[in-house]
Amino acid sequence: MTTPLLEMRNISIHFGGIKAVDDVSVHVMPGEVVGLLGHNGAGKSTLIKILSGAYKKDAGEIFVDGRKVDIRSPADARKHNIETIYQTLALSDNLDAASNLFLGREITTPLGLLDDTKMESESRKIMARLNPNFKRFSEPVRKLSGGQRQSVAIARAVYFNARILIMDEPTAALGVHETAMVADLIKELKAQGLGIFLISHDTREMMDLCDRVSVMKNGQMIGTERVEDVTEDDILSMIIMGKNPKREPVTA
Amino acid sequence: MGSGLGKFIKTLQLDTRLLGMIGAFLLIAIVFNIATGGTFLTPRNLFNLTLQTASVAVMATGMVFVIVTRNIDLSIGSIVGVVGMVMGLVQAFWLPEIVGFGSPVIVIVTVLVGIGLGMLIGGLQGWMIGYLMIPSFIVTLGGLLIWRGAAWWVTRGTTVSPLDPTFVKLGGASGTIGVTASWALALSGIVATIWFLIHTRRKHISHDFAVKPVWAEFALGGIMVAAIAGITAVINAYEVPTRVLQRRFERAGLEMPEGYTEAYGFPISVLIVIAVAIAMTIVARKTRFGRYVFAIGGNPDAAELSGINTRMMTVKVFVLMGGLAGVAAIIASARLASAGNDLGTLDELRVIAAAVIGGTALAGGVGTIYGAILGAFIMQSLVSGMGMVGVDAPFQNIIVGAVLILAVWVDIVYRRKTGEA
Repeated sequence: MTTPLLEMRNISIHFGGIKAVDDVSVHVMPGEVVGLLGHNGAGKSTLIKILSGAYKKDAGEIFVDGRKVDIRSPADARKHNIETIYQTLALSDNLDAASNLFLGREITTPLGLLDDTKMESESRKIMARLNPNFKRFSEPVRKLSGGQRQSVAIARAVYFNARILIMDEPTAALGVHETAMVADLIKELKAQGLGIFLISHDTREMMDLCDRVSVMKNGQMIGTERVEDVTEDDILSMIIMGKNPKREPVTA
Repeated sequence: MGSGLGKFIKTLQLDTRLLGMIGAFLLIAIVFNIATGGTFLTPRNLFNLTLQTASVAVMATGMVFVIVTRNIDLSIGSIVGVVGMVMGLVQAFWLPEIVGFGSPVIVIVTVLVGIGLGMLIGGLQGWMIGYLMIPSFIVTLGGLLIWRGAAWWVTRGTTVSPLDPTFVKLGGASGTIGVTASWALALSGIVATIWFLIHTRRKHISHDFAVKPVWAEFALGGIMVAAIAGITAVINAYEVPTRVLQRRFERAGLEMPEGYTEAYGFPISVLIVIAVAIAMTIVARKTRFGRYVFAIGGNPDAAELSGINTRMMTVKVFVLMGGLAGVAAIIASARLASAGNDLGTLDELRVIAAAVIGGTALAGGVGTIYGAILGAFIMQSLVSGMGMVGVDAPFQNIIVGAVLILAVWVDIVYRRKTGEA
């Protein structure tokens, strides 16, 4: 077996007395999309926030290319080319697309001042590739549609050479057409060899986009299956009952 | 507004809020000019207006950052008080004993102590807000009482006066740079403006961005040049009264030539405001720090997830605010040539009002430096104008309060109409 691009091993975190993530392990190979499924509060988003540096784990280890890494902040995660796209569309609404795209990693002139022209020019280039219809570069992103905003968020990850992409319900706020656009984008990024963690409630979408799916419940990992080995119903029963009927037949 | 004019403004990419504020100022100016029988719009009064606005304007630029990051600072008036008192002590009692009266060291050390103390106080408050997570409203409300008390405690309530004569010049009332230097400054401002316009246009063209039509660039440049030249001309039109000049010649043992005149030129305090305004605009628009200030205001969570240390940013914003309160304390005490423990009383409210009238949204994320300065100028015009017309002080407060509420309401309607949040 080749080395996973990223591996999270025996991760735990608790808030007060509640174990939000309890001894969970997942990994993703290059060019693979791994889906994370589960009810609200199952621990998917918490697990992902540990990886993106927003939360600090209480136990467990993270490996990138087989090497143990220490992720304590969003900046650490970015250093290891881990980029996150959040369901809440984590953009600063009052700033324009380029300012958001480069937020925290601005291009500066030799004098140390922001080079807005350069940043806008780079944004135009990357958007021409990802979303050619995108034209509203000088407006605050609050004026953009959900899909346009999501493409800014994705462009941010792609521009900075993400190797591991975390997408937390990237299509939750989008319309049908925009959802299809994001799905195409995920396939394209996968083809480029990125490892992608995808969180979604839409099991059909997950079956379509993912190579493997991991199901969580009450902070624990129920199981990970290749999508070709399971049906949508199998996954649903994993989510709802916490077991895979194929492996452990449900006894009445 | 006719559609022709609307199109003109759009092509020039002028900020409509800025135009609105200029319009508001003109309205106030014209009304008071008529009411005072023509004394409001005289060079002398406008000169005095700029002097009176200076300390509030300096702090208003800092308040923009504070409010944009969704905080508030109620303590700045009291910081002005305590910093003013400490600077009074330093320059009138401590330093003269060490370096001797009239030494140039006095001003330099006093100014550094003032700005440093302001930054220290700001940093302390910022740390409590950013790291101890105490709401800024509470920390600075406490600060309002603490620093005002400290200002009294420094000298047990006695006013320190007179201050160092060189220091007093920083207040602008007795420190002006004269006509020639004023025009030289205006000229360099004009050159810089034109250079900036050309530079921006070239840069945009080199990246294939859309640019304004050439005539629009010329129109914009023309307006800016006219504004700089116009303001300078007005200030330079305020002449030193003849009897003052006569006394000066007599003291030098000379005869004053027939028809000799001299104007004051820009007050030093106003130059400080201009310098602060330019520096703060660059910080807001062209530095990482400024970008993060606005990013935090727009979405604190997104800013944090982008790797911005939002707690440290809070500390820095309050350090900056404190430092600017120190600068304001220099201007305010120097203008009065004395430091009393009531220096800066109620300044926090004037400053917040100036920022808000200038378009800073209390919800955070939105605000401009020039807006805050214009806001300060509009407020002061209103107050001074009412004073000149003879409106009673309590009634002045009622009007200023009502205008503040009205301005914010107009702003809310404007934002709703233009689709700004």
